[in-house]
Amino acid sequence: MFRNQYDTDVTTWSPQGRLFQVEYAMEAVKQGNCAVGLRSDTHAVLATVKRSESELSSYQRKVFKIDDHMGIAIAGLTADGRVLCRYMRNECLNHRIGWGHKAAPANMGCVVALDAGSLVALIRQVLMLRQVLLAVYNTCPAGSYYEYKAMSIGARAQASAKFVVVVGKGMPSTLPKEVAVVGKGMPFTLLEEGGIQPYIAALKEEDQPMATDQDTAAQPPQQQQGATPGQGDAAPPGSGGDGGAAPMETSG
Amino acid sequence: MSWSPYVDNGGTVLAVAGEDYCIVAASTRMSAGFDIMTRQDSSKVLKLSDKVVVASAGMQADMRTLHKNLMARHVMYQYNHNKPMSLPAAAQLLSNTLYYKRFFPYYTFNLVAGLDPEGHGAVYNYDAIGSYERSGYFCQGSGKELIQPVLDNQLQAASPLLVPPKNTLTTLPLDKALDLVKDAFISAGERDIYTGDDVGIMVVTRDGVRKESLRLKLD
Repeated sequence: MFRNQYDTDVTTWSPQGRLFQVEYAMEAVKQGNCAVGLRSDTHAVLATVKRSESELSSYQRKVFKIDDHMGIAIAGLTADGRVLCRYMRNECLNHRIGWGHKAAPANMGCVVALDAGSLVALIRQVLMLRQVLLAVYNTCPAGSYYEYKAMSIGARAQASAKFVVVVGKGMPSTLPKEVAVVGKGMPFTLLEEGGIQPYIAALKEEDQPMATDQDTAAQPPQQQQGATPGQGDAAPPGSGGDGGAAPMETSG
Repeated sequence: MSWSPYVDNGGTVLAVAGEDYCIVAASTRMSAGFDIMTRQDSSKVLKLSDKVVVASAGMQADMRTLHKNLMARHVMYQYNHNKPMSLPAAAQLLSNTLYYKRFFPYYTFNLVAGLDPEGHGAVYNYDAIGSYERSGYFCQGSGKELIQPVLDNQLQAASPLLVPPKNTLTTLPLDKALDLVKDAFISAGERDIYTGDDVGIMVVTRDGVRKESLRLKLD
């Protein structure tokens, strides 16, 4: 009942001790399209669905390169995400100039979390999934950040999370998607549609028991590429260390 | 005698542009007065992209900072424009960067060279505060007075001193121009005490940037 009085800006607490603007920001993230990140011993991968306003418009980019070894995927207010993206790119460049080597991802996490939590008026922060060499970090509007082996954010994140954690394999989907990979000996690379096809084809071949491949309507949009421990950069990912074709859960 | 913020580390750079190539060469010796500080580990050339190379003679500290600055600006340009900088864009950027320090200049004498958007070679030469001009070939550094007249004479190109200006791209093929560049450095190495040890040569063509090295005398 007090929401309208205390939700005007980020620097105001409600009498109950809540920061409504932060909660609204987290809500915006939950409404955004799904973004997923996971890592193996040698590579880390980010994937998102490419969303468009209408059939006639182009897609909103949600995966961004920050530096040769680092990139982000965002969910929530993409405009805010791009602001953070520009900020991080600047920080990385300044770090290189000042210290002579690439910024550590942990630095970035801290810096962004601080910025996110620093109560800059009117900037609503978005939940970000950051993928760095061999680590995936998640930052949230409240300003905290943690490292994950695998994480998903945005709409239908729960379903994605299950797949990501339990199976670690990709589910081909007809939805347009963006995938980015970084790994040992492989700088942060954004794969567009054409780059992703070989991986999906390889997965389709291996996943014969997966009769659910075609049934995309009923499923949440997962666009995960299996982690590829120990495989070469150019080779399509195998089943990984998951012990063959595990039965896929089909409901969220 | 008062303290000077500037020091001249010597060395020579040159660039020669042809119809569809560009050669950039720079000696690698770094000196201070009559001392040699390092022979082969000091590159005066910055490769910005597959089409654009920056070479600077003068004070190495200022050169390194300038190159770092340009590199960072180039990375941001690529983020914002989704493509690498073209040669004329890089040329203008360097000019502005130099003039920004008009009242405490970078002690660098620069060349920006590579392939222009039409694929022809081009060389831009600068003074310390950013005045620049496009030409077909130019030298900077301690050996410039020794090499420039040789290039004027041997490159089969119109003179850059003509008014109205003519196109000064050399009509020589790549291999002949490269031989001439190497000969010029060898000769300069004999007479100029600051030029010697090694020459790093970058050849820019439509296929990218190829690197070569030429040994010079160590004296």
